[in-house]
Amino acid sequence: MKARVTVTLKTGILDPQGKAIEGALRALGIEGIASVRQGKMFEIELDGTADRAKAEALLKQAADKLLANTVIENYRVDVLG
Amino acid sequence: MKAAVLVFPGINRERDMARTLKLVSGQAPAMVWHAETALPAGTDLVVIPGGFSYGDYLRCGAIAARSPVMDAVRAFAAKGGLVLGVCNGFQILCEAGLLPGVLMRNQQLRFICRDVYLKVERSNTPFTRGYNAGQVIRVPVAHGEGNYIADGETVARLEGEGRVLFRYCSPDGMVDPNWNHNGAINAIAGIVNERGNVLGMMPHPENHVEASIGPTDGRGLFAGLAEALAKAA
Repeated sequence: MKARVTVTLKTGILDPQGKAIEGALRALGIEGIASVRQGKMFEIELDGTADRAKAEALLKQAADKLLANTVIENYRVDVLG
Repeated sequence: MKAAVLVFPGINRERDMARTLKLVSGQAPAMVWHAETALPAGTDLVVIPGGFSYGDYLRCGAIAARSPVMDAVRAFAAKGGLVLGVCNGFQILCEAGLLPGVLMRNQQLRFICRDVYLKVERSNTPFTRGYNAGQVIRVPVAHGEGNYIADGETVARLEGEGRVLFRYCSPDGMVDPNWNHNGAINAIAGIVNERGNVLGMMPHPENHVEASIGPTDGRGLFAGLAEALAKAA
């Protein structure tokens, strides 16, 4: 079973890396971009054939305990099957 | 003083820290590997030094904060034991949940390696008893992620409870955005936990302790700790 955990910065948290990327895109002449926020994406493969609910609970635990710092980050769990 | 300096893969300031602890207290600290599950018997100070634990992978300090030795540190701190985290050590303490907030990428996006001035906010703590309240000290910083941030409520609590011990300032002690090198909220350079026994700070006091090298303003922190521990013993 494959899954994806997407970690993004919470609204209102300053993202200097996103700002730098935004500036670089502007410098490249790519127009029409209002803002960029940088996040992280984890591709995760699960052992065995755990059911969906179990997989989601396990990934939520992984995100809460390590993958995201919930002081500044939000995350989303997608079980891809 | 029976100090324990934690060593994680990628840490590179542990020997500076050990040298300073020995110089100031006369006793060499134990060097404790991250995989240990207990601190040496009789440890009265845990120091988490600076560096780049696990190459700053995932988030600065994130992996180190989940290593086996940190459970022992958590238990030690819960009993009131003194813990000092410098630079990456501060990041590790935040990631471990022993201190609130996060150290974000410096606002100016640059790695900063230079001397800075710090205002010592209080002197009635085991970490700052070697200084006077309001004193300005000069110590170096070397970090890319030192921009302290926490939610508004947490910052208000830190300020209200006098838990900000060090603040970036001008040479004459003015807290001014121009001297807040990394953009930290309220120019915060170092904070303690609620109980006051865990300090995290971005600057490196351990590097300014010998007159033959330069300023010795960092010495007060270690001398004060040694005194506090000698009194407690």
